[in-house]
Amino acid sequence: MAMTNDNKSVCVIGGGISGMTTAIEAAEIGYEVYLIEQSPSLGGRVAQLNQYFPKLCPPQCGIEINYKRIRINPKVRYFTLAEVERVSGEPGNFTVTLRLNPKYVNEKCTACNKCVEVCPVERSSSFNYGMSQTKAIYLPHEMAFPMKYVIDGTVCQKDQCAKCVAACPYGAIDLSMQPKKLDINVNSVVLATGWSPYDAAKIDNLKYGIYKNIIRNVEMERLAAPNGPTHGKIVRPSDNKEIKKIAFVQCAGSRDENHLAYCSSICCLASMKQATYVRSQYPDADIYIFYIDIRATGRFEDFFTKVQADNKITFIKGKVAKVLEDSQTNDITVVAEDILSGKKIYTTVDMAVLATGMVPNGLTAAMPSDIVYDEFGFAVSDLQTPGIYATGCAKKPADVAGCIQDATGTALRAIQTRVGV
Amino acid sequence: MDKKLGVYICSGCDIGNSLDVDKLIAVARDEQKIPVCTKHATLCSAEGVGLIKKDIQEQGVNSVVVAACSPRVHFDTFSFDPSVFVERVNLREHVAWSHVSKDEDTQMLADDYMRMGITKATKANPPKPYVENIAKTVLVIGGGITGMTSALEAAKTGYKVVLVEKAPVLGGWMRRWYKQLPQNPPYKNLQDADIERTISAVKTNPDIQVFTSAEIDSIAGQPGMFDVSIRQNGKAITQRTGSVVVATGWKPYDAGKVEGLGFGQFPNVINNVMMEDIAVQGKGQIRRPSDNKEVKSIVFVQCVGSRDKNHLPYCSSVCCLASLKQASYVRASNPDARVYIVYKDMRTPGQYENFYKDKQADNGIFLTKGDVAGVAENPDTSLTVSVKNTLIGEDVSIKADMVVLATGMVPATDSSILNLQYRQGKELPLLKYGFPDSNFICFPYETQRTAIYAAGCVHQPAESRACKDDATGAAMKAIQALELETRGAAVHPRAGDLSYPIFFMQKCTSCKRCTEECPFGAIDEDDKGTPKPNPNRCRRCGVCMGACPERIISFENYSVDIVSSMLKSIEVPEEDEEKPRILVLACENDAYPAFDIAGFNRTAYNSNVRIIPVRCLGSVNIVWIADALSRGIDGIMLIGCKYGDDYQCHFVRGSELANRRMENLKEVLQRLVLEPERVQVKELAIAEYDRIPGIMDDFLAKVTELGPNPYKSF
Repeated sequence: MAMTNDNKSVCVIGGGISGMTTAIEAAEIGYEVYLIEQSPSLGGRVAQLNQYFPKLCPPQCGIEINYKRIRINPKVRYFTLAEVERVSGEPGNFTVTLRLNPKYVNEKCTACNKCVEVCPVERSSSFNYGMSQTKAIYLPHEMAFPMKYVIDGTVCQKDQCAKCVAACPYGAIDLSMQPKKLDINVNSVVLATGWSPYDAAKIDNLKYGIYKNIIRNVEMERLAAPNGPTHGKIVRPSDNKEIKKIAFVQCAGSRDENHLAYCSSICCLASMKQATYVRSQYPDADIYIFYIDIRATGRFEDFFTKVQADNKITFIKGKVAKVLEDSQTNDITVVAEDILSGKKIYTTVDMAVLATGMVPNGLTAAMPSDIVYDEFGFAVSDLQTPGIYATGCAKKPADVAGCIQDATGTALRAIQTRVGV
Repeated sequence: MDKKLGVYICSGCDIGNSLDVDKLIAVARDEQKIPVCTKHATLCSAEGVGLIKKDIQEQGVNSVVVAACSPRVHFDTFSFDPSVFVERVNLREHVAWSHVSKDEDTQMLADDYMRMGITKATKANPPKPYVENIAKTVLVIGGGITGMTSALEAAKTGYKVVLVEKAPVLGGWMRRWYKQLPQNPPYKNLQDADIERTISAVKTNPDIQVFTSAEIDSIAGQPGMFDVSIRQNGKAITQRTGSVVVATGWKPYDAGKVEGLGFGQFPNVINNVMMEDIAVQGKGQIRRPSDNKEVKSIVFVQCVGSRDKNHLPYCSSVCCLASLKQASYVRASNPDARVYIVYKDMRTPGQYENFYKDKQADNGIFLTKGDVAGVAENPDTSLTVSVKNTLIGEDVSIKADMVVLATGMVPATDSSILNLQYRQGKELPLLKYGFPDSNFICFPYETQRTAIYAAGCVHQPAESRACKDDATGAAMKAIQALELETRGAAVHPRAGDLSYPIFFMQKCTSCKRCTEECPFGAIDEDDKGTPKPNPNRCRRCGVCMGACPERIISFENYSVDIVSSMLKSIEVPEEDEEKPRILVLACENDAYPAFDIAGFNRTAYNSNVRIIPVRCLGSVNIVWIADALSRGIDGIMLIGCKYGDDYQCHFVRGSELANRRMENLKEVLQRLVLEPERVQVKELAIAEYDRIPGIMDDFLAKVTELGPNPYKSF
């Protein structure tokens, strides 16, 4: 099967906020766009956030606008649960080979939820970073786009169970579905492959995955989100206890030669934002932020000023050396050197949040020529392969607005590519 | 063309289990007199859609009412020829999934939604676009790195560019830089600014027309058809352009305003821009201004003006990197020179951490956190910098040959730039600290003046790499605006919308409300105050329609009459039936989806509520409230986005205006002897769907307490 273009088309790999933006912006100018996303829904990590800094507004508002822009624009064709196997050809005439992984649910799905009611198998929710369960057949989240259920093929018992097949009134479930190949022909390719949180377990001294009440910033977003595992109530994992004291550990991995030597740019602001989540639920909670430098550039400084005005939020300049756990209470003691006072300080809290950095996601697909990456794995913007452009956090660690600006510009570069140019 | 309606009711997804579908058909066929009326068990199936298509082809149906799921799903399934109007009645999310099944009240709710949908389909038409001859030329104001990048990128995409620069030469600040920050890995080595190559690329590009020593006298008209008057050497030149990129850049903050640092007082206290001049003049040799002596010791004072509530409350983003760059000039100039950098926080985000680390490793560069208390000149013309709150805990004094103040960036928006001939003002509205839009994280190119986009340091303080990216993004939006306008389509956030407001001028009283309240300055007025709409400036929010007391402003598919007729089609039970009726006018981007999600989660809320989506709360005309109350509706709630400083309304002022208008309405209600509490405005974000049952119950309790609407029996 092959799809051909009218010589004005772009393939965007990655359906997060950057990829969606590049795709929609190019399509609104009139180009044909193919948007390829490996997970079952568009929206990426931004859809997993509770609020944006500094406005503290829900990302779902802008995402809904973007979903609508895609819905009403026939020039955007999207493929979810799809991977790029290889890109071949040359600028103006690339062939992108897709592998469309089986959803086991076809277009007839109406999202009525009857299948979930009968499904006996549970899986860990990747949307909630494993903090809750879904059934083997599931909708990624209640605003998922496309609003179609999918089956996790790795846990589904398929024909041995097939209860969903009988329960579905619309004949939407096809357990025999196989992966499909699809070739698309495009002028240019955009890599919007995004980022993953740094594997905090690699930071030995911070005991992530060992002490229950140490979580990462991405998990904190899910805890605070109304559609998260606790319906938005921030409680600590070991015993669902409310929070009286909490610590944020900045640069967990970032700015560290042994882990990520670069600065992840957004973690200071993310932690300050999460401090406001805690404050809005716990007016008396003590909040400690351990940092090296607070990096609130541009007008974000206003947000820093606002958070500093909270007299129960304490900023401590000092890198956290280690953490201890009380085996009885599961409380966490954060040990750091307060650089300003020169003293070693011990702060005992109910829960500690690691501000883990951003790691660029690699691309496994074979490319027609080598993409130039820097030593950290970010694609280098000035040394791009002709006709192939990287955008968003594939290029540098950046906040949402920065990614969208970049993705808008990348859309322009992508549509400049024509045969022979 | 005569309207021919077809009504199609789906009984799938619990709709059939919850409701008596035959009763719904009776509402359509017997009560609303729509003969073409069908039900199907799965309307979204090929067979179901086939039924509709067949009626369009064979029976000439040109207005389709799909009573099934939310319009947020199956959009393409139920899209037909553009000449066919489609109205979706949300029986699934807003009825079957959110209300008690097989219940009298639920059935009445569905019956009312059928009536409202049929009424809308009867009155509304597919829009015909406003199409004009569009000039596919982008005007770029400012010839620095940002403006030149926008110009080159637009030209490369095949568009003509008019570039206007105030100075006699192109290049902006970067022409004055000795070196620029590393642009590529390993992000350690300074590079030549290399601006001449960009200048020459601009000058030799046949698609870019450059005007130097030139300023904008005026911009009249509307996107796609701007008449731009450029003044160059006293001469006026007229150009027609379609969209605008504002790249007027920045100015250094006046360091003289920061007391105690000796700027303007001691010759060897300079700002960071002067430091570049010194490096250029000395070809890398750093010599101090007072006696041309080689600099052996130097102090950089960070955040001069920036991060200071008395000066620039924001961070200028680039000064840490600029000082590190200039520290390398000094170190390269004299390997024995000592460099001190006194900072609050070192801000070198992303890969620039590499550059910072490299400088940290230089044992001639001393970095310390601290607050500079003052700079004094010694008799030998050296300077002493007093620093408090250092990391070592004590106050220190640093003696040096020269002091560089890392002064912040001020956006160049203080003078007249655009001179727009718009009723609402000549320039881009500014948000804060002199920076123009956007107020949106999700849409950084949102602007309150259609097809005019800011980029570079006038948009936000940024280093040159980020400026170039921003310049490219702004060029993209400028081009996109041209293409959308060519098709007669709206730009963001209703991109692609072909409807536009049509004014029935014979009834206009020149009250000027529309011209004042349009958030985008789309409507001008003549000497008598008569509105002069500019459809290409319009964003189709309907704020003008909400403002108009004479109800003369309508869209083909959205009007005062359409919504009035919809709400009048609600059946209001007699007082003794004790079934109050609540009308909710809901923002279609946030509140309406929130109701959908509540339904998806099977969250039940009161079934006395009837929801009508609106483009923006700002489009709500007071007459709808009056009509609803005179119809006997007991309470009306407007649900929209947050307003105020951190407004979330994507039409900027819509929800704020709605709130203000409702305040005014209160007096009217009191005159009618109706309690003002019957009308409420509520802020609800899309993610706050869990609040819906509570909000509805509270409002119903309030309305019940007030008693039935006395106009019910009229």
